Amino acid sequence: MTRRTLTLKSKRFREERQEVWKEMESMLKRIEARSYRGLTDEEIIQLPRLYRSTLSSLSVARATSLDQSVVAYLESLSTRAYYVIYGNQARLHDRIYNFFARDWPLAVQSAWKDVAASTFVFALGMLIGFVLVSNNPDWFYSFMDERMASGRTPAASEEFLRDTIYGYDSDEGGLGAFAAFLFSNNSRVSILAFALGFAFALPTVALLLYNGLSIGAFIAVFTGKDLGFEIGGWLSIHGTTELFAIALAGAGGMMIGRAVAFPGDMTRMESMRSKAEQAAIILGGVVVMMFVAGLLEGFGRQLIQNDWVRYGIGGSMLTFWLLYFFLPRKALES
Amino acid sequence: MTTSVGHLTPAQIKQGRRHLVTPEGIDLQIELAEVGSRIGAFALDLLFITITLIAAAYALGSMSLYNDELAFIIFVMLAFLLRSFYFTLFELGRRAATPGKMILKIRVAARGKARLSAASVFARNALREIGFFLPLGFLFGIGSGGVDGWMSMLALLWASIFLFFPLFNKDRLRVGDLVAGTWVVKSPRPMLAADLVTTDEPENEALFARFAFTPAQIDAYGIKELHVLEDVLRAQDREVLEDVANRIRAKIGWVWEHGESDVLFLRAYYAALRGRLESKMLMGVRRKDKFDTR
Repeated sequence: MTRRTLTLKSKRFREERQEVWKEMESMLKRIEARSYRGLTDEEIIQLPRLYRSTLSSLSVARATSLDQSVVAYLESLSTRAYYVIYGNQARLHDRIYNFFARDWPLAVQSAWKDVAASTFVFALGMLIGFVLVSNNPDWFYSFMDERMASGRTPAASEEFLRDTIYGYDSDEGGLGAFAAFLFSNNSRVSILAFALGFAFALPTVALLLYNGLSIGAFIAVFTGKDLGFEIGGWLSIHGTTELFAIALAGAGGMMIGRAVAFPGDMTRMESMRSKAEQAAIILGGVVVMMFVAGLLEGFGRQLIQNDWVRYGIGGSMLTFWLLYFFLPRKALES
Repeated sequence: MTTSVGHLTPAQIKQGRRHLVTPEGIDLQIELAEVGSRIGAFALDLLFITITLIAAAYALGSMSLYNDELAFIIFVMLAFLLRSFYFTLFELGRRAATPGKMILKIRVAARGKARLSAASVFARNALREIGFFLPLGFLFGIGSGGVDGWMSMLALLWASIFLFFPLFNKDRLRVGDLVAGTWVVKSPRPMLAADLVTTDEPENEALFARFAFTPAQIDAYGIKELHVLEDVLRAQDREVLEDVANRIRAKIGWVWEHGESDVLFLRAYYAALRGRLESKMLMGVRRKDKFDTR
């Protein structure tokens, strides 16, 4: 009877195999911490063997051992190894590089119809806002929040408006604070334009129109005081990047919305899933563009006062983005 | 055979266990993360972000840049970067988890496959905006009163659907998970604990030898009780050990001898029971619990 404890098969099994498990665990630890650079060549060759051996240990343990701690340990070890071996092999900075070199521009390129539609809606909004406010300044107050306009209303004097364009002022309602506010507002608008897309893209269209309206109204206030050329420079230095980013986010939202509204042979859910990844890549890029726009807005606009230079920067940014997205690009096999 | 390998009972599925079959044909059986630990992880992450921002604000304040506005802009940009990329970058990493998730031992995984694509991570975190930050914004809008207040109220109700979404589907998916094809699973890292059936030292063996259980005594329990006994032995709570030892003695009719230690008795019984049940398993019989008479 007493020999029973000594001859427990599960115990002998564990004693024979546990060295392999320990080795697997230490290797996983190093991979998770430092990627494959933490391993020697020899160890990398060993990895698949260790993995299969761990998996087979798990099968055996499940079938023969009633030691919960062993089974739980092997389950977690195998799962970790599975994610390492079959998961993404690329290192984080390679993934980031791939994103900029390939994934993002290709995602935008292949969604050009949505980009065109979203840009159209956005521009239409601006045009309507501009025309309405130019003809009747009272319209301004229905598009623009007083707080957001911070004094830039049709009632403001020309000097005041001119000051806000070139102002270096750091006192109340300073340009920087306003820029920062605009910036976080615009990034929220773009994320919303994307995220609300799945409601058949209707909220996205509404959001784009509404934001177009307020920008158009805003421009009209300045042209009304013969500051059209100057406000153009003020807006374009960062606006070409920022407004383009909003249009792209809208395109992402429309893409998802279209997929939900017209699923074709798929279920609506599947159809949305099939487009969601591409749309998400576009949005990931939009966030980067917003950041670039924020830099231009925060630093460039304060430091550069010349209208032509402002136009020049804005124009070259726009050219850059257009070339970056729409130059023919070979899709790499991933 | 009711619980063969690769088969999940409805109860297990309800508890959040899911199949995950590797290309080698082994069912790893992952477990979904509890909604509670996900909320906890998110709260931790928010805390880390806030601490970083406060530290940055102090640092920027003490650096005395040429004007305050510049410092403010840098701060806004930093906040933007953190909010946009904190979750994404960490989840793209090899452990597929933010620091908060790592602490609570959970991770993001693609549903049904190993490769978690960058696009999925972007998508699930972009939808966090309507799942969390948007309702939060509306919450602050309610106080303003008037029509805006009512609009905010309605919008909040609508957004709450997103907020509470994980509670109302069986895979505990956020809307972001649903769209991105991901879910959040437990990624425990248990240590390999010592086998409770260690009799390496000769004096232990001699002690174990004193416990000679009859087959009838060993057959009193099944696998479920064995596992409970294992937990009790590992937890090493003196009172519980004593209580359990006494109950087992009463059940199997074991007479307590003077000086007999509870721990030794339980370990000896554990070893005997496990040996018995495991040899039955080799013959294809898994005796579920004490009511299972096989």
